[in-house]
Amino acid sequence: MIEINNLHKSYKMGSNSLHVLKGLNFSIKEGELVAIMGSSGSGKSTLLNILGMLDEADSGEYTLDGVPIKNLNETKAAKYRNKFLGFIFQSFNLINYKSAMENVALPLYYQKVPRKQREEKAIKYLSQVGLKEWAHHLPNELSGGQKQRVAIARAMAAEPKVLLADEPTGALDSKTSYEVMDLIQNINDQGNTILVVTHEEDIAHMCKRIVHLKDGVIVEDKTVDQVRASQYV
Amino acid sequence: MRFILDRNTWQEIFGSISKNKVRTVITVVGVLWGIFIYIALSGAAKGMDNGFESMFEVIAKNSMFVWAQNTSMPYEGYKTGRQMQLKLSDADIIENRIPEVEFIAPRNVRGFFGSTPPSIGRNNKTGSYPLFGDFPSFVKIAPKKIYDGGRFINDEDIAQARKVAVIGERSEKELFEEDEETIGGYIKIDDVYFQVVGVHKFDQSGGFGGDGDIFIPFTTFRKLYNTGENVGWFSIAAYDDADVVKVEENIMNLLKNTHKVHPDDDRAFGSFNLGEQFDKIVGFANGITFLSLIVGIATILAGVIGIGNILLISVKERTKELGVRRALGATPAEVRNQIVLESVFLTVIAGIMGIILGAAVLAMINSFTQDIDFPYTNPTVPIPYVLGALVIMVVLGTLIGLIPAQRAVSIKPIDALREE
Repeated sequence: MIEINNLHKSYKMGSNSLHVLKGLNFSIKEGELVAIMGSSGSGKSTLLNILGMLDEADSGEYTLDGVPIKNLNETKAAKYRNKFLGFIFQSFNLINYKSAMENVALPLYYQKVPRKQREEKAIKYLSQVGLKEWAHHLPNELSGGQKQRVAIARAMAAEPKVLLADEPTGALDSKTSYEVMDLIQNINDQGNTILVVTHEEDIAHMCKRIVHLKDGVIVEDKTVDQVRASQYV
Repeated sequence: MRFILDRNTWQEIFGSISKNKVRTVITVVGVLWGIFIYIALSGAAKGMDNGFESMFEVIAKNSMFVWAQNTSMPYEGYKTGRQMQLKLSDADIIENRIPEVEFIAPRNVRGFFGSTPPSIGRNNKTGSYPLFGDFPSFVKIAPKKIYDGGRFINDEDIAQARKVAVIGERSEKELFEEDEETIGGYIKIDDVYFQVVGVHKFDQSGGFGGDGDIFIPFTTFRKLYNTGENVGWFSIAAYDDADVVKVEENIMNLLKNTHKVHPDDDRAFGSFNLGEQFDKIVGFANGITFLSLIVGIATILAGVIGIGNILLISVKERTKELGVRRALGATPAEVRNQIVLESVFLTVIAGIMGIILGAAVLAMINSFTQDIDFPYTNPTVPIPYVLGALVIMVVLGTLIGLIPAQRAVSIKPIDALREE
């Protein structure tokens, strides 16, 4: 599903440049649930941004579902993001003046799905995350865990190839974190490919594979026995 | 274009502006105020213009008065200070020699310009009203509305020196009982009975003259007061396309010539040119209209810039939202279009509200000034002006919306999302 080859990325900070990613190679197959771990500054967010086409690598190859991702302009990147990717952010990033349903329906709007279908689909995904009766509430009427579940429903709504989660539990307490991870595991069980960036060991162990980044290189890439989050809920 | 006509686009825009109410209201007020000022000002200017227009429409716009005074220069054996007198024959000379003159009405008066008023009575009622001796051509220059069943002096009256009179609203009210038939009734002017043939409607805007004025045939007046060939003054109307100032000059020169007055003597005859005054007032009204146009457009401009400003701030506020939208697959064009359309939509809505409000205020002013003596009639704003203002607003709204839109697009989605 995801194939990266010798990926390099550096940031210019004034006169000196910071080499963040130093030649990464790995691949993710369909249906995998991968945790990307590392301390801050290890380059894990940069990697996720490049995978999410929010940022571009300096060199190296990136193939997503057989499509080589290169020479993107903003319009093309937006189209690919809409078609291939679902984002889950640490700070949820819901649009605060839109109801839960409208938030979930937003990616479908950019797919030019008619309004009726949009709403039907949004309701469907909201009930999948157990928030059907909250559909018409604004984000500020929801708890943190509920917000993240709305965000997950939104990421799912466009039926993307890959879900990218950037510290999805970073702003949540551990109980809510496990609920969210339980949801992510269930979605993965349905065959969706998910990438989770985290620095929490327990969250990482709820994935099926852990990729450890340190100073811009992969230091460890191992398959783990998945801990089911449902046992903590 | 498909984007603009798409219902979903508008739902999205409507959602965005209806859920940021304070922002929307403040934005709308700016442009609303601008267009309101524009409409109210240009409408008021137009109303004033119409007011002046209707003030002068009773009198031919290119009419003038000519009267006699005293000479101020000796000439051809005549000493200075000679009193001049206009004669009936002057009218023929003027009419024959100056082709631009359309109508000329010699007039005489008693009870005006300081002369003693005639005693006018009926039964045991008496009154004091100015009495004019007129030709039928007078109403061609200064039209008089005559009430139903009546008429003005006609050629037969002149030829036979009939004892007929056209009286005014006030003189009718004071001399006749309410249930009496005025037309056909008799009044006594200086011990001579006259039959009333018409009642004229008083129009305040017709220069001098009043609601009691009584008109009798010029020839009858001549007999009654022994004025002979003497004429008090001439009312003259030039053709519409004639240059009144030039015509006035020609008439004066002609009069000086026939009355043996020094060509440079400007005091022998007096004249008053309505056309010239009218031009001055029209110029003034045009100036006001122009000024209101400039002020109005400047205010609209200020309003639209206000919209741009608020949108720019809101783009900053919405950086994250726009970043999220782009992460979810909004193309830069979609983001830009949304912001520009928001701007245009707000501008147009505000504009239409301003137009309605302005029109309402104009209607209000109109109803207030209906009964008072103020040159203000039918304040309107021509449709092209309104459409022009709308077009200006849409164009400016688009241009000004482009600034925040461009800014929104120039922020990379990753930077937008990182901004906490």
